[in-house]
Amino acid sequence: MNKRYSIFSLARNAYTRHEDWQEAWRSPAPKARYDAVIIGGGGHGLATAYYLAKLHGMTNIAVVERGWLGGGNTGRNTTIVRSNYLWDESAAIYEHAMKLWEGLSRELNYNVMFSQRGVLNLAHSPSDMREVQRRVYANRLNGIDSEILNAQQVKEFCPQIDLRGGGRYPVVGASLQRRGGTARHDAVAWGYARAADALGVDIIQECPVHGIKVVDGKVRGIETARGYIETPKVGIVVAGHSSVLAEMAGFRLPVQSMPLQALVSEPVKPTLDCVVMSGAVHAYVSQSDKGELVIGAGVDHYIGYGQRGSQQVPEETISAICELFPIFRRMRMMRQWGGIVDTCPDASPIIGKTPVEGIYINCGWGTGGFKATPGSGWVFAHTVACDEPHPLNAPFSLDRYRTGYLIDEHGAAAVAH
Amino acid sequence: MLLIPCPHCGPRAEIEFSYGGEAHIARPEEPDELTDQEWSDYVFMRRNPKGVVLERWVHAHGCRRWFNAARDTVTYEILAIYPMGQNPPELPEPRYL
Repeated sequence: MNKRYSIFSLARNAYTRHEDWQEAWRSPAPKARYDAVIIGGGGHGLATAYYLAKLHGMTNIAVVERGWLGGGNTGRNTTIVRSNYLWDESAAIYEHAMKLWEGLSRELNYNVMFSQRGVLNLAHSPSDMREVQRRVYANRLNGIDSEILNAQQVKEFCPQIDLRGGGRYPVVGASLQRRGGTARHDAVAWGYARAADALGVDIIQECPVHGIKVVDGKVRGIETARGYIETPKVGIVVAGHSSVLAEMAGFRLPVQSMPLQALVSEPVKPTLDCVVMSGAVHAYVSQSDKGELVIGAGVDHYIGYGQRGSQQVPEETISAICELFPIFRRMRMMRQWGGIVDTCPDASPIIGKTPVEGIYINCGWGTGGFKATPGSGWVFAHTVACDEPHPLNAPFSLDRYRTGYLIDEHGAAAVAH
Repeated sequence: MLLIPCPHCGPRAEIEFSYGGEAHIARPEEPDELTDQEWSDYVFMRRNPKGVVLERWVHAHGCRRWFNAARDTVTYEILAIYPMGQNPPELPEPRYL
């Protein structure tokens, strides 16, 4: 059992030069049978396991991860958290996640460094501004804090921005969500893993899944690198590899996988105390607590599983950031990487049942899954435990591509996907 | 960035091209006969292989002509270029985990 982290445990361990800290979670060998198996040990998968154990009493479960915890998109995103989505269905699920974020460090007894520093979404033209107004009003009707700022108010909130944008990206206004901000992405995975492990969940790393056994339209178990595991319920939470797992189970998804890129600069002293996003030019920037500028770029225009991405994509982002923030022009970029995101035709996730009985899927978060991590795990745990979706994720079914009930968040979600 | 061998103009940088998505998806011949599920498959469902993908490209900033390509989505190697409307040549079948 994990000991609680506190100021006292910190002081106690300081005496022994921090050499006696317990491991945060066990590394057990897989059992032959579990009540449910979650495939994918990223933030969403680990959150699912935690809520299954905590809220639904399912403790004989496992999370299998082919690499290491949070080594995929959880550790590759730009850590931005916000809930200012346009449509009611999205607003409900992202705001549910936001409320969970607000109590998460306490709930998990793990500091996820959630910092509600405010998220600005810039408008560069009168039509951008009208979209901002429409979205802010929709947010307010859904009880989400959202404000409209004019250019002068943008300058007051974030003086580092050059409102002229080099003539190319003039800033005419913005929306602001003050409750939005950032969180430490690795800590989210580690916090959920530690809390789930304490409730008895087996977390099995370095265990890729080779096959899914389906008999008469019903799942029986999974074939892994560490042997066969029998289970009546499988939750697939593997982001960019969703189509690969779906093919193993014998059903199709409307998902397309492509690399989304991000990069960080050399660390500097505190200079930017909010998150600035520009949907029109697909550029995000914030500053991490280590001092690096964290910059998010766009996706490639064609499918691919190489975690690199095309060079011209971050180039466009950087050129826009240099115009908006002339003070950053001489910064040197330290690292650049790509994560494989699973994009859906309507830029909304798929969370629900599949054509195979006992297999549930949580995918299609595309370029914006990190912010939803707690809410996504929460509704998916309900779906897996109760064999039916929670009202919050019922609209996000795979079946919506047949019924036509699409939740089109392209552009409307405050960024261009 | 990909170097794409346009069959008409020779090898050119990726930024000269536009992507046309999965190749060989035929429009249904009897649209009135299709169920909602069949329409959904035609409109939304796509192969998204970790391996060889057959896809369409157009040399938008060059000769403006369409062609098919077979590409490995892990190594990004372009394995074959062939004309629209033709079947793909024999291709390797790499297995990635």
